Amino acid sequence: MTGEVAVLGAGMHPWGKWGRSFVEYGTAAAREALSDAGLDWRQVGSIVGADTVRGGYPGYVAGATFAKALGWQGARVASVYAACASGAQAVDTARAQILSGLADVVLVVGADAAPKGFFRPAGGDRHDDPDWLRFRVLGATNPTYFGLYARRRMAVHGDTLEDFAQVKVKNAAMGALNPNARYRKRVTAEEVAASAVVADPLRLLDICATSDGGAALVLSSMEFARRHGAADPVRIRAVSTVTPRYPTTVLDLPDIATDSALAVEPAAETFRASIARAAYEEAGVGPRDLSLAEVYDLSTALELQWYEDLGLCGEGGAAKLLAEGATAPGGRIPVNMSGGLSSFGEAVPAQAIAQVCELTRQLRGTAGARQVAGARVGVTANQGLFGHGSAVIAVR
Amino acid sequence: MSRTRTPVVTGWFAGEGDDFRLLGTRCSVCASVFFPREDAACRNPGCSGGELIEVSLSRRGRVWSYTDSRYRPPSPYVSDRELKWQPYALIAVELAAERLVVLGQTVPGVTVADLAVGMEVEVVPGVLNEDAETTWTTWHWRPTGVTA
Ligand SMILES: [Zn+2]
Repeated sequence: MTGEVAVLGAGMHPWGKWGRSFVEYGTAAAREALSDAGLDWRQVGSIVGADTVRGGYPGYVAGATFAKALGWQGARVASVYAACASGAQAVDTARAQILSGLADVVLVVGADAAPKGFFRPAGGDRHDDPDWLRFRVLGATNPTYFGLYARRRMAVHGDTLEDFAQVKVKNAAMGALNPNARYRKRVTAEEVAASAVVADPLRLLDICATSDGGAALVLSSMEFARRHGAADPVRIRAVSTVTPRYPTTVLDLPDIATDSALAVEPAAETFRASIARAAYEEAGVGPRDLSLAEVYDLSTALELQWYEDLGLCGEGGAAKLLAEGATAPGGRIPVNMSGGLSSFGEAVPAQAIAQVCELTRQLRGTAGARQVAGARVGVTANQGLFGHGSAVIAVR
Repeated sequence: MSRTRTPVVTGWFAGEGDDFRLLGTRCSVCASVFFPREDAACRNPGCSGGELIEVSLSRRGRVWSYTDSRYRPPSPYVSDRELKWQPYALIAVELAAERLVVLGQTVPGVTVADLAVGMEVEVVPGVLNEDAETTWTTWHWRPTGVTA
């Protein structure tokens, strides 16, 4: 246990396809988070931005971009890139600065304006980039991998298309209650089944869309929070950013092959499970302590996978857990009460931050119609391309 | 009008007909196998680092999972936008001797309806795409129960 940091403010720009710059979304989210915290931007000692890509120039200096838009005021700045885990690494960087005494108050911002359709690698003839190679050689899009995982679950655990569809039904019902969600209509299992197949066995409504959006958090030391009059703030107790361990034996984006397990016996737990375990160990809590979870539902089948990797049930038990209503509102462990990415779509640098925004509202008891009664402990989980882990545990 | 046959990536596969094989590398110290080939250094964190020697991978394996691509993938995948999109299937194949899984497209004509997890498949030479001068070659997986 290295200590906790306070979440003083959370803010979002509604997600959708707005056709504007990521700077606008991030700045709006940041202003809302500052206002929520009751702080002036000039009181912020450090800003951490989760990077996006603009004009094919990866590693865009997002921290400084947002700082400029908010008005240069001399704050310390950092920018992090970790694909889908960028937001969690931004939170982790902010936390490290606070716990080490480098900053009292840190603004964390992530935003993106995603292209329509499939994500694709940057241009050029780049034979040294596994992400470029999987597209050039195999035409393997992100849904290709989601399709592989879904089919594998069907073969190994007996999951059905109807199980997958019920994840969408659950998340869409919650998205309908969330003013920041892009998709705000309930969906039926029949509608999922009637949607076009994208990557067998997954349909269009099983797979997350690309989106525009922004999310921001104001984090501070516990001491600053007390001085600021926040006696009992939501606190971040753990941030897991672990890498996989050799050999990885589950074919992961963007790889064309797994590691060989010839020389080293693979760990009993998967990479995703290790992300969760690292968070639990740091926070000193376990799956049974959770009030809710926000997990990365890039596909309906992947949400089921996370139930098992988070230890909400045993291996192969996810479809049963879902069918029992345990992960629905009022259940033992509600999952994706924000509506999930299924309702938001992907705005890559923002999504791990948006997950923490939802935990913050839930733990404060201000989530409105989405509120999980008496929420005390929440976990977020996602995984970034190229081996980036991401999980955050927040408590009240 | 003869095009040059060129592998879409250098050094990942070689041979013709029944002799066609995926190529990887093997660490001389810890015996880890790498595909795609690792020529710089062994990635086993517990290995002191050996010489990386080119090896042919097993010709046959079993389906770990499979899917298809019902929509045209974006570039750098190359496809003729003048033609109606034809979905292709992809298989992740477990190679028992190497204890690894390799993804690949199936031979043309094989669809997801022809596949099942656990089914035996073999690697065969294939064509990825053609342009004016070049036939870009690749590997395909073909169910051993299919003779097409
Ligand atoms: Zn080695």
